[in-house]
Amino acid sequence: MIISVASGKGGTGKTTIATNLALSYGGGVVLLDCDVEEPNAHLFIRPDIREVETITTPVPEVDMGKCTLCGKCAEICQFKAIVVIGETVLTFPEMCHSCGGCMAVCPEKAITETGRVLGVIEKGGRNGLEFVHGKLRVGEAMSPPLIRKVREFERPGVLTIIDAPPGTSCPVIASMKGSDFVLLVTEPTPFGLHDLKLAVGAVKILGIPCGLVINRSDMGDDHVREYAKEQGLDILMEIGFDRRIAEAYSKGEMLVTVMPEWKERFLSLLLRIEERTSHPHVKTSY
Amino acid sequence: MSKRLTKKEKNMKELVVISGKGGTGKTSLLAAFASLAADKVLCDADVDAADLHLIMNPRIRERHDFEAGHRASILQDKCIQCGLCRDLCRWGAISETFVVDSIACEGCGVCYYFCPEKAIDFSLNNCGEWFISDTRFGPMAHARLGIAEENSGKLVTRIRQEGKKLAEQNNLDLLLTDGPPGIGCPVIASMGGATAVLIVSEPTISGRHDMERVAELAAFFKIPTMVCINKFDLNPDQGQLMEAFAKKKNIAVMGRIPFDPVFTRAMVRGKTIFEFDGHSDGSRAVEKIWRDLAQRLELHNTDTKA
Repeated sequence: MIISVASGKGGTGKTTIATNLALSYGGGVVLLDCDVEEPNAHLFIRPDIREVETITTPVPEVDMGKCTLCGKCAEICQFKAIVVIGETVLTFPEMCHSCGGCMAVCPEKAITETGRVLGVIEKGGRNGLEFVHGKLRVGEAMSPPLIRKVREFERPGVLTIIDAPPGTSCPVIASMKGSDFVLLVTEPTPFGLHDLKLAVGAVKILGIPCGLVINRSDMGDDHVREYAKEQGLDILMEIGFDRRIAEAYSKGEMLVTVMPEWKERFLSLLLRIEERTSHPHVKTSY
Repeated sequence: MSKRLTKKEKNMKELVVISGKGGTGKTSLLAAFASLAADKVLCDADVDAADLHLIMNPRIRERHDFEAGHRASILQDKCIQCGLCRDLCRWGAISETFVVDSIACEGCGVCYYFCPEKAIDFSLNNCGEWFISDTRFGPMAHARLGIAEENSGKLVTRIRQEGKKLAEQNNLDLLLTDGPPGIGCPVIASMGGATAVLIVSEPTISGRHDMERVAELAAFFKIPTMVCINKFDLNPDQGQLMEAFAKKKNIAVMGRIPFDPVFTRAMVRGKTIFEFDGHSDGSRAVEKIWRDLAQRLELHNTDTKA
């Protein structure tokens, strides 16, 4: 079963939920941090990183010895990543989406592909928990291809928890698509509600069942609860504002370690999620 | 592309508020600055999850469709199912029954270009809307990216251009831009050519990690950078480490904002913190930060409503 933890609004507690859920479950769980722009889960899980892999995306390289300056590559490129200027062909690798169109269209086979570095993927673990995250190279604009690489570490039959980035555009879609359940973490404020509605819209487009976690549940107003009721969205967990939780978080401490009574609550959250998906049991006893 | 700058454009300043980590208080702080700054245009460049309008309550004056990029779809009556498009598509966006998954489609047009039967429609994609509005703090440019859409970077660029136009038309010389979280495409689009960026962070291990990455991004694009730490008292040790990092990187440390429920309470009522309670600890800290910022950006005058 794959559970994506998403939110719309940033800073609502996605990483707290994803990491504590994974750690409560114990061994035999895969945690994927798909917030490759600003990955944070490792700060709490503190995995032993065993492998680091540089991830590249293909971009064109032109052999000017073969090029006849016909311009077909520039014509097919939708992203202005290759242009013919005078007697030469210029490529702009940072604009390239790696579609391979220029290479496919070139009648002289003058284009081959080289790599643009997107970032790295780091793999590791802690106490039977498998951990993978992506780190986007600073200056790189495109995160979805790196997110898709992180998601290659999902394993069928194994509980996989995905920490998604904030927002509702392509990086979030890349993180949620194909998961069995989306857990939306929100806060009961106007910003939280507004962005939750967008996130629910995205989850609906993908056709994935979802449920809510309301964090700092006593700090705002009742509109998120009213919205949930209207939409028939189940509130699967509420976490009240507690300065001890905020301070533990600030130091990188896990909620279930500092306040062990929370472990039961995370396990029952997991049970509630399982009840709502077609994957009744990934593990028979906790 | 490189048109000559008018005198007004030369004098125009743009402050972009970013954060790396989401939820550190960018929008609340920007709204608070709107209460204090004179002669400005507001710009919400967090088009993916835009929230500034919830405080600004804009009266929309103009509404425009935002079209960018294309999407492929297969015309079933023309398609002979030769499979060439499926072989060429690197996004796995074309199903075995030759239907394009519009979410997976990258808009590269390779299928459209190669289809021997011209059976692929490749139309402009409407990916959102942008607005020109009036608010109680002056004009505002904002947008709504369609859910699950791409091209947020292009929409960010568009909004900032419209903001600049608004400033010019209204003879205003400051753009206050609410930026997106992260370090990817929309953030890069939000900071290019800005006078300065202000990173709003929080004294947590994640806040610090993310601030360091977004500061590196601003340095990469050579944008003058300032930082301020919200909820400072939550973890002063962490906060001091962050300020030390900033100093080492020649990033101006603009001040500390205490943890203050006034931010949430004001937001719930759709107000800036100054409209809600100008005398709270949080408001006083923000007022001082704004005064120093205005001086640093050499803004000629600011309101002192608070």
